[in-house]
Amino acid sequence: MAKLSLRGVVKKFGDNTVCDGIDLDVEEGQMVCLIGASGAGKSTLLRCINLLEAVEDGEIFLDGEDIAEPGLNPQGVRARIGMVFQSFNLFPHMTALENAMLAPRRVHGRSKADLVGEVEELFKRFGLADRMHNYPDQLSGGQQQRVAIIRALAMRPEVMLFDEITSALDPQLVGEVLDVLLMLKQQGMTMVLATHEMGFARQAADKVCFLKDGKIIEQGPPELLFGSPQRDETKAFLARALK
Amino acid sequence: MTPTKAAGMTRRERYEAQQRKRSLIIAATSTVVVVACLMIFVPMSPGWEKVQRSFFNGGVLADTFPKLLDAFKVNVMIFAWSAPAIAILGLLVALARDAKSPALFPLRIFGAAFTDVFRGVPVILTVYLIGFGIPGLGLPRPWNSPYIWGSLALILTYSAYVAEIFRAGIDSVHQSQRSAALSLGLTERQVMRDVVLPQAIRNVVPSQMNMLIALQKDVSLLSFIGPVEIFRQAGVFKSLTANFTPYVGAAIIFLIVTIPATRYADYLMAKQMRDRS
Repeated sequence: MAKLSLRGVVKKFGDNTVCDGIDLDVEEGQMVCLIGASGAGKSTLLRCINLLEAVEDGEIFLDGEDIAEPGLNPQGVRARIGMVFQSFNLFPHMTALENAMLAPRRVHGRSKADLVGEVEELFKRFGLADRMHNYPDQLSGGQQQRVAIIRALAMRPEVMLFDEITSALDPQLVGEVLDVLLMLKQQGMTMVLATHEMGFARQAADKVCFLKDGKIIEQGPPELLFGSPQRDETKAFLARALK
Repeated sequence: MTPTKAAGMTRRERYEAQQRKRSLIIAATSTVVVVACLMIFVPMSPGWEKVQRSFFNGGVLADTFPKLLDAFKVNVMIFAWSAPAIAILGLLVALARDAKSPALFPLRIFGAAFTDVFRGVPVILTVYLIGFGIPGLGLPRPWNSPYIWGSLALILTYSAYVAEIFRAGIDSVHQSQRSAALSLGLTERQVMRDVVLPQAIRNVVPSQMNMLIALQKDVSLLSFIGPVEIFRQAGVFKSLTANFTPYVGAAIIFLIVTIPATRYADYLMAKQMRDRS
C-alpha cells in the first residue's frame, strides 16, 4: 500500500478548477517531484494534502485512511505531514530554536527541557548549530529555509511537502537547501516537492509528475519523463524549461 | 590627489555640508523673524494688558501650581487603573469579533455592537450616562462612587477604539504566517495566541501609545461628575482668584506629560516605518 494516495482530487476556487481530478501514489521513502508552469496547480495540490485547502471531491489516503473526509479534525493529520513554503514563513518574533520547538511543545505537549537536545541535534545535523539563537531576520534566505525545514522535521513527520522552497532564494543559496533534501532522501523520508529545479528533479526524484491546468498530464521515473516524454504538452514544457 | 579631496571630504560630502549650513541659516533667520513679530505685535493689541493679567499672572501661577500638581495625582490614579483594564477589555472585544466558532456567534454580535455603540457616542455623554445613571440606581457606598462609574465609562469607550486597533493589527499579520502555523498541527486558538497575537500587538504599539495619550487627557472629563482632578481644581482656583491662570497652569502640567509621550509614540511609529521598508 502506498504511503500517500490521491484519487480524483478536485479543488476549485470559485469557477476556477485548480486541481482537476488528480491521481497520485507516493510510496514510503519515495521522492516525488511535481513540475509544471506556474498556476498548473502544484502548490494548491500540496496545500490540499496538508488540509490547508479543503478539497471539493476525491480522496486522499494517508496509510490507507482517507484524510479528505469532511469534518475530520485536521490537526492530527498536519502533525504527521510536514510542509515547507516558498517564502519560509518563519515566525519573526521567535529565535530559530523557538520556531522549531513551538509545535512539538503545543501539539505533542512536550516540555522545552525534554525537546531541546533533540532539536539542537537537528540544527547540528543541518549545519546551523551556531545560528539556533538568531532571529529569522538575522539569517540569510538559505539559512531561513533550512530552519523552516528543521521546524517541520521537529514534529517527526511521516511525509514532507516542499512548495517551491528554492524559488525565493539567490542562485548561490539554492544548493545548500537542495543538499538538505538529498540528506532527507538518504534517511528514507517520504517527500513530495513542487519545484522548478529540473536538474535536481531529474537527478534525485524517484518519480516526476508533469502538471498542466490542474491535471497530471504525464508521470514516470525521471529518466523516462525527461528522456523520452510521450505527450506533446510535456515536450513543449520541457523544451522551454530546459532551454 | 585630486583637488576635490583637498579638505578630506568627497565632492558629495562637501556639497551636502554646504547645503546643511545654508538650511540652518535660513531656518534660524525665519524663526527669529516670526518670534520677533509675535513679541512686537501681540502686546500691541488693545486687550493684551488684560489678557496678560488674567491668563499669565505669575503670582497666581506660583500660588496654585503645587496644588494643581497634587490634583493631577488623581488624574494619574484614574489613568493607572483604567489603562490596563482598557488593554484587556479591548483585546477581548477584538478576539470576540474574530471568533469563528458558531457557538460564539452571540459574542461576535456583541463585539460588533459594543464597538459601534461606544465609538458612536461622545465620551462626555457616556461619562454622564454611566456616571450619573448607575449610581442613580441607589447603590450603597462605596458602589455609588463617581470614580468607579466614571472610570468604567472611560474604559468602555476606549476599549472600543483599542479593540479596533488590535483588530487591524491582527489583520496586518500575513496569511502565510497562519498557514505555516496550521501546517505544523497547531489549533486555531494556538495559532492566534502563539503566532498571530504577539506580532499583531507589536505592530500596533505606536497606535496604542496615541490612545494612552488621548486617555490621559480625557480623564479630565470625569470632573463633570464629581472627582476633583486637575481641571476641576483649576476651576476652583479660577473662582477663588478671579483669574484664568490656573487653567494655563493645568495645561502646562498636561504638556509636561503628553509632549514626551507624543514624541516617543512618533519615534516608535517612524522606527516601524523604517523596519518595514
